[in-house]
Amino acid sequence: MAKHKTPLLDQLETGPWPSFVSDIKRQAEFRKANQDKIDYQIPVDVCEDLLGVLELSFVHRRTHWKHGGIVGVFGYGGGVIGRYCDQPEMFPGVAHFHTLRVNQPGGKFYTTEYLRQLCDLWDFRGSGITNMHGSTGDIIFLGTQTDQLEEIFYELTHTLNQDLGGSGSNLRTPSDCIGQARCEWSCYDTQALCYDLTQEYQDELHRPAFPYKFKFKFDGCPNCCVASIARADISFVGTWKDDIRIDQEAVAAYVGGEFPPNGGAHAGRDWGPFDIRKEVIDLCPTECMRYEDGKLEINTPECTRCMHCINVMPRALRVGDDRGCSLLVGAKAPILDGAQMSTLLVPFIKVEEPYDEIKEVIENIWDWWMEEGKNRERLGELMKRQGMQKLLEVTGIKADARHVQEPRTNPYIFWKEEEVEGGFDRDINEFRKYHQR
Amino acid sequence: MDQAEANEKIVEALQKKKGKTKFYFNDLAKILDMKPRVAKKLINKMVEDQILEYWSSGSTSLYGLKGAGKQAAADGEE
Ligand code: HEM
Ligand code: HEM
Ligand code: SF4
Ligand code: SF4
Repeated sequence: MAKHKTPLLDQLETGPWPSFVSDIKRQAEFRKANQDKIDYQIPVDVCEDLLGVLELSFVHRRTHWKHGGIVGVFGYGGGVIGRYCDQPEMFPGVAHFHTLRVNQPGGKFYTTEYLRQLCDLWDFRGSGITNMHGSTGDIIFLGTQTDQLEEIFYELTHTLNQDLGGSGSNLRTPSDCIGQARCEWSCYDTQALCYDLTQEYQDELHRPAFPYKFKFKFDGCPNCCVASIARADISFVGTWKDDIRIDQEAVAAYVGGEFPPNGGAHAGRDWGPFDIRKEVIDLCPTECMRYEDGKLEINTPECTRCMHCINVMPRALRVGDDRGCSLLVGAKAPILDGAQMSTLLVPFIKVEEPYDEIKEVIENIWDWWMEEGKNRERLGELMKRQGMQKLLEVTGIKADARHVQEPRTNPYIFWKEEEVEGGFDRDINEFRKYHQR
Repeated sequence: MDQAEANEKIVEALQKKKGKTKFYFNDLAKILDMKPRVAKKLINKMVEDQILEYWSSGSTSLYGLKGAGKQAAADGEE
């Protein structure tokens, strides 16, 4: 018998999708049965009370969670998100229900042993409910009480060799795609760069002093598996400068039906024989491809490295040899001002240890944003407010045709005085020699 | 500015603000009249020395004098 009746939540389970309600009910049963004889450090019925308070919220049509709090582990201003229930008598199991953000391993590679250790720790000192992974990328531990926080932190750092991630107004847990560990398209070692910057910016990650959150995300190529371009304040997107490498024999094999397009990803349905013109050439967004007399050609200066042709014919086409990354800045998901994709700032940068060039760009941006950014203003909003020109100025980057999305649509150019020879002062007598009043 | 002077300035300024107990980092940097990245060292030390404490909504972090504000009392914490 469930502790609380939850008719509204039960209805959610009838939909076609996997249900979090079913998951939490199963976890509630697991805790009650306690087959492994775990010495639970927080109430055994935490999951039942979680369902109970959610049901009550649906009945009242208002939340019963208080917002925020003074919780954290000593010396860290992030990584713990305090949540308190405003009906603690009814639901003592969730009187405190704090979330921990745990810094996920690079590329989200785990050993099963490590996963087991994480789960054992969380069954022992928390609700056992996890979110693998949160949208920022972290491992999320959902629900524990204040007195467990230091214990969990100690165990994570001393036994599991594992840090907390970021929350609040600080650098959020950097996240990366699997990169060169598994993916032949990765133009730089995403995990190496992600790890290096995580270590370099420990202070920014753990001690909040920014106007708002700040995110780094690392994609090895423009396929953007961690969606850096849609949600990172700095998106590191792998790219290359030279030609896409073409194996003409393999192209012929795709055309001849020998290799399935897209690595067989769409093989579940019969789409008819592969048509290179319809499926590749005509879909190239910059129309820079040609296929004639059995030969594929790409006009490299026009190619925007969208990855489409490579994705369709991976055995025939490979990323170029002169590889690095592009830095794009200012993406954010909507809260105040609507969703925004990141904007190209550095078209190409080599990704080589110790990454000094990259760090210089980062720190120039931070200096600007920390001083000029309003409270709760993301970098992308500051860029809109003060302009791309200002961003170029603070980063010392020269304007470039690749920063321009389309030709000007208005005729106004505002010069700064220092940009005009002789400044704005003029000799009026000299002027009057040529022009009457 | 040394640490003792920074402590004094911030504590005095925050105690003066009536009815408000949580402050943005930049409010504190302004009290010290310093660039944020320099002020951060002094302010961090004040947290370490438990003069200030962090408050977080999850998305935004604020600072307050330790123990000030309703939440600490309501939650029975120091
Ligand atoms: C290289 C020389 C010139 C430049 C750079 C120039 C530039 C411009 C610009 C930028 C505007 C638009 C202002 C706005 O949108 O409010 C404008 C408007 C105008 N220009 Fe010129 N102009 C030039 C020569 C001339 C000449 C020689 C004439 C006529 C003798 C002329 C007549 C006008 C008129 C009548 C307008 C107003 C249009 C309107 O109000 O809709 N312009 N000009
Ligand atoms: C064969 C002669 C010309 C050609 C081929 C030409 C071409 C162009 C082009 C392509 C643009 C668009 C540039 C852009 O948006 O980035 C433009 C803009 C403009 N042109 Fe010309 N132009 C010619 C003559 C003139 C003359 C004689 C004037 C002035 C007397 C003039 C004034 C302007 C102005 C003011 C604009 C800016 C309009 C805006 O940005 O809305 N052009 N022209
Ligand atoms: S972003 Fe590119 S390099 Fe990274 S995993 Fe995806 S396809 Fe591979
Ligand atoms: S990567 Fe994209 S833009 Fe470049 S040739 Fe292939 S389809 Fe065209």
